[in-house]
Amino acid sequence: MPPEEPVAATDLTPGFRGRPRPAGIALPPGQYEEHGFPVLTAGTTPHVPTERWRLTVRNEDLEEWSWSWTDLMALPQDEPTVDLHCVTRWSKFGTRWRGVSLDVLLADVRSSAQYALVACHGGYTTNLPVADLLGGRAWVAHTYDGRPLHAEHGGPARLLVPHLYLWKSAKWVKEIHLVRDEQRGFWERYGYHDYGDPWREQRYQGD
Amino acid sequence: MVDAHAESASARTLVLDVPGWGGHRAGQHVDLRLTADDGYTAVRAYSIGAPWDPDAPTRVEVTVQRVQGGEVSPYLVDEFAVGQRIEVRGPVGGWFVWAPGAAGGAPVLLLAGGSGVVPLVSMVRERRRRADRTPFRLVYSVRMPGDALFLDELTGPRRRDDGVDTHVVWTRGVPPDDPSGRPPGRLDLRGLARHGWPADLRPLVFVCGPTGFVEAVSRMLLVLGHDASAIRAERFGPST
Repeated sequence: MPPEEPVAATDLTPGFRGRPRPAGIALPPGQYEEHGFPVLTAGTTPHVPTERWRLTVRNEDLEEWSWSWTDLMALPQDEPTVDLHCVTRWSKFGTRWRGVSLDVLLADVRSSAQYALVACHGGYTTNLPVADLLGGRAWVAHTYDGRPLHAEHGGPARLLVPHLYLWKSAKWVKEIHLVRDEQRGFWERYGYHDYGDPWREQRYQGD
Repeated sequence: MVDAHAESASARTLVLDVPGWGGHRAGQHVDLRLTADDGYTAVRAYSIGAPWDPDAPTRVEVTVQRVQGGEVSPYLVDEFAVGQRIEVRGPVGGWFVWAPGAAGGAPVLLLAGGSGVVPLVSMVRERRRRADRTPFRLVYSVRMPGDALFLDELTGPRRRDDGVDTHVVWTRGVPPDDPSGRPPGRLDLRGLARHGWPADLRPLVFVCGPTGFVEAVSRMLLVLGHDASAIRAERFGPST
């Protein structure tokens, strides 16, 4: 793809060529294609047995809806194939998942809140608009590439919101708080973007 | 880039002069952006190895480890020349950082795998620069002598006797003059218990290295009774 504007000579890195440009895929700006599955986590990896696993959604009036692992497995399942974009610059194409759509999980939840704060085992949190959890764009995923999701990648279950940078797809998801006013999560308080659209390259606050 | 030097056969420190640089904290990194002549850009994150120096406030030192088959690191280690320009964004990261007094002056345990030592050595240097007396221990896991970074500064005869207790774990090959008589091998629970701080002292723990190293070490730390909330981790490289 040709650059949209001519490159100023002063911006060039002399002698740098880079890898052959991938064909047939669309990379968001500043990303490169990765074939492995890197692991990035701010702390240690929690190991949560499915017998003790629960997912709780809490609305702005502090009412709660909750699912055990058995409940989750009894819900209608989706099998999305999606592209992942990590703020650390790698993108991975065509990943295959199985999980429950947030449309299903939030269907009976009474709420008019516009924001969600997602909380996880291990203490991680992240924020995103409720609208981005709906419309067939977000899942609680428990199976990756035909196998139970490995703990390193957020197993037994993680949020999967592939149209935003991957730090929004919180691993080891435990609670989803629906809140009237946006509350920043872990990386967002350290300066990462509140929304995180990879196509608009919203990496840091102010992008 | 105003200066550069080899840290090992496969790693090089780039000294950058960044106009408008506003300072950084020990443990932070920068994004380097490279642009090919067809406009293609690649950006990679590299840890800053030296603390901010008020006497050279626009100076940023990063250490780059050459990754075989990598897109960017072979260029930065082997080709990028003094006097050339590169785009720098940063500093980035406010979690994996240390400064004197952090966590109420808790003792600090640094656990490095390979080139994961770079942000940790920045913390050691910051402690030295500030003449801070926080108890530090560094356990550095590295394959063999040719791969080790900053070894002379950390353990050699010219080491400053400043109270940073460094232990090197050789995983593939031990230097001929190694006094321990220990065969090469990975850091294990016993080694970590012996060379790290006891969990009772409630140290602040920074772990940096390849994913497999960080996962293994984190599990061992939890087994040894360390609180998960006191462990800060930074991983690099693909999952295997």
